[in-house]
Amino acid sequence: MNIVIVGLSHKTAPIDIREKVAFSPTAMEEPLHQVLALPAVSEAVIVSTCNRVELYVISRQTDAAITEIKKFLADFHNLDLEILERHLYDFEGVAAIQHALRVASSLDSMMIGEPQILGQIKTAYGYACEYKTVGLILNRFMNKAFSVAKRVRNETAIASNAVSVSFAAVELARKIFDSLENKTVMLIGAGEMCELAAKHFVNNGVSKVLVTNRTFSRAEKLAKEFDGIAVSFDNFREQLHRVDIVLSSTGAPAYILDAKKLKQVCKERRYKPMFLIDIAVPRDIDPAANKLDSIYLYDVDDLQGVVQANLKERQKEASKAELIINEEVVQFQNWLATLEVKPTIVALRQQMEQVRQTEMEKTLSSLKALSDKERKAIESMTSAIVNKILHHPTHVLKQTSTGDDSSLYLDTVRTLFDLPGLAEQKTHPKK
Amino acid sequence: MGTMALLFSITTLIYLVASILYLVAMISKRPRAGQIGRWVLVVGIILHASHFAVRHSTAGGTPVTSLHESLSFFAWCLVLLFLLLDLRFRLSVMGAFVAPLAFVVMIFSACSPDVVIELNPVLKSWLFPVHITLAFLGNAAFALSFGAGVMYLIQYRMLKSKRFTRVYQLLPSLDILDKVNYTCLSIGFPLMTLGIISGAFWANTAWGTYWRWDPKETWALITWGLYAAQLHGRLTIGWRGRKAAIFSIIAFIFLLFTFLGVNLLLGGYHTFESFTVL
Repeated sequence: MNIVIVGLSHKTAPIDIREKVAFSPTAMEEPLHQVLALPAVSEAVIVSTCNRVELYVISRQTDAAITEIKKFLADFHNLDLEILERHLYDFEGVAAIQHALRVASSLDSMMIGEPQILGQIKTAYGYACEYKTVGLILNRFMNKAFSVAKRVRNETAIASNAVSVSFAAVELARKIFDSLENKTVMLIGAGEMCELAAKHFVNNGVSKVLVTNRTFSRAEKLAKEFDGIAVSFDNFREQLHRVDIVLSSTGAPAYILDAKKLKQVCKERRYKPMFLIDIAVPRDIDPAANKLDSIYLYDVDDLQGVVQANLKERQKEASKAELIINEEVVQFQNWLATLEVKPTIVALRQQMEQVRQTEMEKTLSSLKALSDKERKAIESMTSAIVNKILHHPTHVLKQTSTGDDSSLYLDTVRTLFDLPGLAEQKTHPKK
Repeated sequence: MGTMALLFSITTLIYLVASILYLVAMISKRPRAGQIGRWVLVVGIILHASHFAVRHSTAGGTPVTSLHESLSFFAWCLVLLFLLLDLRFRLSVMGAFVAPLAFVVMIFSACSPDVVIELNPVLKSWLFPVHITLAFLGNAAFALSFGAGVMYLIQYRMLKSKRFTRVYQLLPSLDILDKVNYTCLSIGFPLMTLGIISGAFWANTAWGTYWRWDPKETWALITWGLYAAQLHGRLTIGWRGRKAAIFSIIAFIFLLFTFLGVNLLLGGYHTFESFTVL
């Protein structure tokens, strides 16, 4: 039993390929069943996000499974297999386990440490459960991936620093004000980034939102969204002394706030700190204002700088995460190996028991004169012989189950005793 | 080694352990180490206090008559106040400054001759321990406000220059640092005021005058004036943040001079030798 992964991601395929290979989340039943119907495949999960499409399957014949899945992907999406193959990667065994754990822990993401991927894989697993395409191994494996992702998140600082501009702004505000409770935000102008940042501020405790816009109706509309107050553009400056955080993104060609005005505002605020975020290009706020003691002025580039620094920090944390993953890969591989050993041992015992029963019947039918006691003695003697013979081979199989040559021993045993192949012993619901 | 000396050595060692724990917490980002460091410090001040108790019972009187004792007592005040502040603001980063400082002060204390000076009978009064304790606690509070001030200025620089180094990540927010500064100021100022007043009363019982313009008295008054000005500025004009931080740093330099410099450079009756001579 092997875990096999075939797929492509932002690292191997451009967007125009990725969008063609993506599966629609509303129609997962069909592809899942088609994959499960492939001869070499016994369990399947399909992960499809905007940055990656990956098929996780369980198979006994890995090479066949890889070929079949590649063909399936091309056929299903009506693509030329030869072109598609250039962008596809495949993993099997330990490499597959490692890859999946890295993906779930967001180490393979475009933005390392971003939290969405885990949710997306959970959704993918949800579909697979719903359409019953997962069995013993993938069930265990997917849950393992979730717990490893959680462990990575808890034990490393991989997701602790903001890597989006709007989150970076919230983080900076926390370094200035500590808590955002009872703080007031003013939005000047309306830009997507501004609104997003405002949302983050509100989610992090900011209680009051003021909105101003050259077009007052737009200010009113946006104010409604945040349960805030619309202020007319002509006198928003008079409200500034009440504001702790300013988010500005107007299309104005020149500064709408100069340092002189802000100096006055500082005085009115009794020098309580003020955090100004100028997302506009060209800028809205005179950069000279940053020289004022209680003014902290950040423009787009400054925020990008924060994001870059945080990304670097994440990369450092990622190497810690790799260690955790390597540890978990070994653990899971060991579990997988014992999974193979148990059925072999059971089959071996059954085989021997059968031989014993048959031979016993043969012998006993010709020895009719035996008393019950004597019969019992022969019975236990034969059992003892079987047990004694099997004792050492069983021990060796268990011992080697976690080693590299585990499958060598298993194959040998199966061949020597003519045991049925494990392919017929299903781990999954495929009928 | 007597119990007294043993307790002193163990306390010093414990401050060192706490310093290491706080530094580890800071450098390797293991907050757990800082939490352990806090409890180690708690053990430290308890042992330190028992050291003073033993000293008091063997030598009698208030154990702050030599430089050795003064430094040690100052370290104790510093750690005590830090732990109280930590209770309120959760400042384990500051522990990485306070614990090593306490350790260094203890080492200096250990290096200065450990003599129990018999206090001049004229000076024996219940006002002596009161005066000393108030003044030392006040000094410790100002030392912490100095620490908070330095941290504020560093964090301020980081935020203004938009350089986001490790230090930026580690230091608390400006708001917390400013609050610590203010809290220390509002604890330290009344303590210092009462310390000076009790000293004046004590002087009156000993020599019949409240104030003799001894160098220590003069410098203490100047320092007191600086802190008074800072408190006033904060309450009326809204001096906060950077200004307040700079002010506490400057005022602390004056305080340091009053506390140590005067004794070492200017003399007067506050010097340790003069306790017996007078």
